[in-house]
Amino acid sequence: MNLVSHTGIVFVREMRPGLRNPLGLVFQMAEPLVFLVLFGPLLAVMPSVGDGSTWQWFVPGIVVMLSLFGASGAGYLMLTEASAGTLERLLATPLRRTAILAGRTGKEVATLLVQALLIVLATLPVGFDPHPLGALVGLLLLAVFGVGLGSLSISLALAMRDQPSTFYGIQQGLLFPLLLLSGVLLPMDFAPDWLHTASRFNPLTYLVEAERALFAGDLAHPSVLWAALTAVAVAVVGLAVGARTMRRASC
Amino acid sequence: MIHARQLARTFQVKGERVEAVRGIDLDVEPGELVAFLGPNGAGKSTSLRMLTTLLPPTSGTALVAGHDVTHEGARVRQRIGYIGQGSGSGEYMLPRDELMTQCRAYGLSRTEAVRRTGELMAMLDLESLATRPAGTLSGGQRRRLDIALGMVHRPALLFLDEPSTGLDPQNRAHLWEHILRLRRESGTTLFLTTHYLDEADAMAERVIIVDRGAIVADDTAENLKAQLAGDLITLTLADTDHAGTAAAIASRMPSVSEATVDGTTVRVRATWGVAVLPEYLRALDTSAAPALTAEVRTPTLDDVFLALTGRRLRDGDAPEE
Ligand SMILES: Nc1ncnc2c1ncn2[C@@H]1O[C@H](COP(=O)(O)OP(=O)(O)O)[C@@H](O)[C@H]1O
Ligand SMILES: [Mg+2]
Repeated sequence: MNLVSHTGIVFVREMRPGLRNPLGLVFQMAEPLVFLVLFGPLLAVMPSVGDGSTWQWFVPGIVVMLSLFGASGAGYLMLTEASAGTLERLLATPLRRTAILAGRTGKEVATLLVQALLIVLATLPVGFDPHPLGALVGLLLLAVFGVGLGSLSISLALAMRDQPSTFYGIQQGLLFPLLLLSGVLLPMDFAPDWLHTASRFNPLTYLVEAERALFAGDLAHPSVLWAALTAVAVAVVGLAVGARTMRRASC
Repeated sequence: MIHARQLARTFQVKGERVEAVRGIDLDVEPGELVAFLGPNGAGKSTSLRMLTTLLPPTSGTALVAGHDVTHEGARVRQRIGYIGQGSGSGEYMLPRDELMTQCRAYGLSRTEAVRRTGELMAMLDLESLATRPAGTLSGGQRRRLDIALGMVHRPALLFLDEPSTGLDPQNRAHLWEHILRLRRESGTTLFLTTHYLDEADAMAERVIIVDRGAIVADDTAENLKAQLAGDLITLTLADTDHAGTAAAIASRMPSVSEATVDGTTVRVRATWGVAVLPEYLRALDTSAAPALTAEVRTPTLDDVFLALTGRRLRDGDAPEE
């Protein structure tokens, strides 16, 4: 059997609990939802943060935040299954090593896309007005980024399986600085110079800018190219590191 | 089935070298039921992980089901089953789903997988639990699911790491029924680890005792007990003088290996104690030091372990060095 069918087997395994309990999908998006509901309205009454409605500016960022939280947390489950002995059971089967990673990453991306769609749909009534083609390209970009970040998170979990606290430390330690530096919550235009410069070194910044342009229908915006390059680079590195880590997890 | 030569594994823990397995040699033929017996930390799981391709050996080689574990991992995995020390099923997964996944992972078609899943759930009394998340099952139920997961492809060689640890006696007995039935019906070669003495004694045809990463004995339980420990004869006598005489007489008998006095009690180690005792009692009568009580106890594997290592296995963990 080949890599594709093995990936399918792992993907189906990972997807089943979520499909049986779809409500869990909503609970998993707790952080982005909290920001959307408790922070978004506050932003709406602030002086304008760009052209058009606040939601037009804020929702694309929240969608990026969603993928950041979701994909970077992919390793949690891997860690749980590694310490319980479940990973070992899967590693002892003939499943292709890379399929065990790819199937899991696939589930993260699928979950992420469904959640992003939910957020888009939920904000339509309050005035979010996404450009259909732009939104599609935006989601695709997120998916590519999610593949990379998800793989990296799973690899990190696998490498740190004997010391779970290191995994949590690294994941949490990177998550919030990257998030705040990307201009998801407030525009970086108003930031002091040093902060603004720092944000230019954050790959996530380009992704956030590109998502805003795409959802607004500006497919030719320069940030889109940068974001695409960033997402592809993260995906290539993530998959390469992931495949290597998985292969080293057994003989 | 298994041929290991000088298989060794060391771990680096905070700059210190832990020699978990120190060069073991092992040959297991098809159809055998072998128990790897040793205290916690003896290196049982590490050995099993190397034999099942989950952990690369630091040195040495192992052929398992005809293939090299280090270089032909995929081929080995295709031919063996492994039931680890932890729980194989995911916390949020349903037993039926996990069995389906496992069947598919071993290459069964969808229809075959459905049939095999049903068969195994019936065989291991899992039918009423098929749709409860595995995390909500009791220890015994979850272990039965593990066993089912390890058997989906009817492997010719099955490894079980402490299959019965944490189960109450009734569940242990049930588990063994399942394991032995598998063996009867499919002729599976079984290689399991345990730190339960009585289990190794009662169930395994061959017991390999491991201590501090090395094999210290390898034989049938009967032979190990007969050769390494011997029966224990315990006598009480009227006074300490008589006890001294009795010990002296015992140590002159050919099949006696050891005789010790403790107050008015004499303990004698002898091969085939039931045959030695009548002769011994007659000798005591003629020497005017008659025994008041006499008892013969056949040795346990714990006595064997004590004879081999100077420690008791039931004391728990292997001492750190
Ligand atoms: N992944 C690991 N990292 C570091 N040390 C380990 C690891 N696995 C096992 N050990 C050490 O190797 C020794 C043998 O462990 P193990 O094989 O689990 O013993 P057993 O299964 O007989 O209880 C122990 O000292 C244990 O601490
Ligand atoms: Mg163990």
